[in-house]
Amino acid sequence: MNLNLEHNITRLLWISLILLGVLLIAFILGLSIGPTQSGLRSALSALFATRESDPVLYSIVWRIRLPRVLLATIVGATLSLGGLVFQALLRNPLAEPFILGVSGGSAIGAIIGILLGLSRFPGICFTSFLGSLGTLALILIMSTGKSILRKDALLLSGVMVNAFCSAIIMFLISITQDARLHNIIFWLMGDLSASDLPQVVILGAILIPCFAIVFVFSHAMNLLMMGKDMALTMGINIKAVTLILLVVTSFMVSATVSFSGLVGFVGLVIPHLLRLVLGPDHRLLVPASLFGGGAYLVLCDLLARTLPQQGEMPAGVITALIGAPLFIILLKKSRK
Amino acid sequence: MKPAFAVNNLSYAYGSQFVLRDLSFSVSQGEMFIVIGPNGAGKTTLIKLMIGIAKIQSGQIEILQSPLEDYSQKRLAQVSAYVPQGLPVGFPFTVEETVLLGRAPHQKVLGLASQNDLEMAQQAMTFTEVSHLARRKLDQLSGGEQQRVLIARALCQQPQVILLDEPTASLDLSHQIRIMDLMEKLKIEKGVTVVMVSHDVNLAAMYGDQLLLLKAGEIVRMGPPHAVLNFETLEETYNCKLLVDNSPLGNLPRVTLVPRKFLKP
Repeated sequence: MNLNLEHNITRLLWISLILLGVLLIAFILGLSIGPTQSGLRSALSALFATRESDPVLYSIVWRIRLPRVLLATIVGATLSLGGLVFQALLRNPLAEPFILGVSGGSAIGAIIGILLGLSRFPGICFTSFLGSLGTLALILIMSTGKSILRKDALLLSGVMVNAFCSAIIMFLISITQDARLHNIIFWLMGDLSASDLPQVVILGAILIPCFAIVFVFSHAMNLLMMGKDMALTMGINIKAVTLILLVVTSFMVSATVSFSGLVGFVGLVIPHLLRLVLGPDHRLLVPASLFGGGAYLVLCDLLARTLPQQGEMPAGVITALIGAPLFIILLKKSRK
Repeated sequence: MKPAFAVNNLSYAYGSQFVLRDLSFSVSQGEMFIVIGPNGAGKTTLIKLMIGIAKIQSGQIEILQSPLEDYSQKRLAQVSAYVPQGLPVGFPFTVEETVLLGRAPHQKVLGLASQNDLEMAQQAMTFTEVSHLARRKLDQLSGGEQQRVLIARALCQQPQVILLDEPTASLDLSHQIRIMDLMEKLKIEKGVTVVMVSHDVNLAAMYGDQLLLLKAGEIVRMGPPHAVLNFETLEETYNCKLLVDNSPLGNLPRVTLVPRKFLKP
């Protein structure tokens, strides 16, 4: 094995390129497949429909599917990166925004924002961010000191925070006498359908700097793998790094939650798979999680759109169907 | 000899409970300095204060003739390294990657390894005899091997002082002696000052240039092994029956525990 500088950068570029290719394929599939056509050939031809040749199909692909696939990419990338960061900071492979309850807190904030009649951006984004910070503080207080490293303690506080969040969400829904009730519930399960292009572009523009910040701290996350004391004596300002990463990650997660609701387990599945293949180096895992997570959610959403005979289901159903069993397997493995 | 550490009137308390009370001592450059004492004496707290993990509450610590608080965290990591008690619990890197992490204080933010960094890592692995394990994952190694990898990682920082918290705890006899020989080689060949917390008074006697005996946060005695490890001092400090005689290896004190059944009524 050769570990020199050029080799490192080459490896980083290759892995990014391969996963970008996967993302691109997922993206094209997401754009071209839908209930209106059957068969791969006719699906791919949908991409080449022009405004003149088939105005309906053109409009479906570029006005409805493009924003949705873009949103799935951004949300998947963010949640996967969020899982990676939480796992590094807590040194716990089971940490994930949804499992920890951070997503739930964002959802409370978002629903309050909806009920107050705020606009999605910046209003609901902001209340959602406050909600995620609140739950994050709650989790950190509940599992202070060494107990945060113990898987069971962390999970238990996550379960409790989630139960509490669900109760508040149900309370808020039950006091809502509103026609949008169905929408809220659908959105809660992780819905990517209600997206229009300008808003998705804004979301992307907010999140890309966050991704860059996390990448800058990727080697600091490597050093954190050695434990707090060793990382500190290797020159890492633990408090600053932890605080920045927690706040940035909570912000990213809450921004996506306010757009797409609760999509669970993406941050568990993707970082776990990538760590198996690539090892624990976060300088590789950060970009890989972005591309891999994006591709994964696009494909999950594609399944959610095409599996039901009538209508569609939220993408969060698919991610939970895949993620929850994996979570149980991981938990069992980590007990050994 | 210039001091590697100068500690003055150092006190530390958790709440109202004093852990260290008014300690003053110095450690010369290039010596092996071993802190011993019963459980709860404040040994780990002392070493954590000396490496900047715990914040000084009152008193002063100078490293290499400069006050600890004048160092930036990165600068401190370029002159000192620390091997804590216990092993890392995060996702395991390979041995080579782990050792290379020690270059971080000398690298830019992303820690991309230069040719020089790689050579340093190779040398450190050769020095601690873990080169043959380079591609193994850290969590697949025995306790003694992991400890040597973590020491190699510390050496990669090119420290002038290295601090270790009970590096031989829970190791078998051959690994204990191997780690201690390694630290002595480090001291002699590279002139690195070694500060160590140890529970094993006999290892301290055989390897230490200076010993510091702590009890309940205060210095009981400090000096070369013969001055510290005598019968009266040890029995009183550890509050148990002991025998102290000369080691068959030479002019070194040897401490033997005396079980109750061997005591004359």
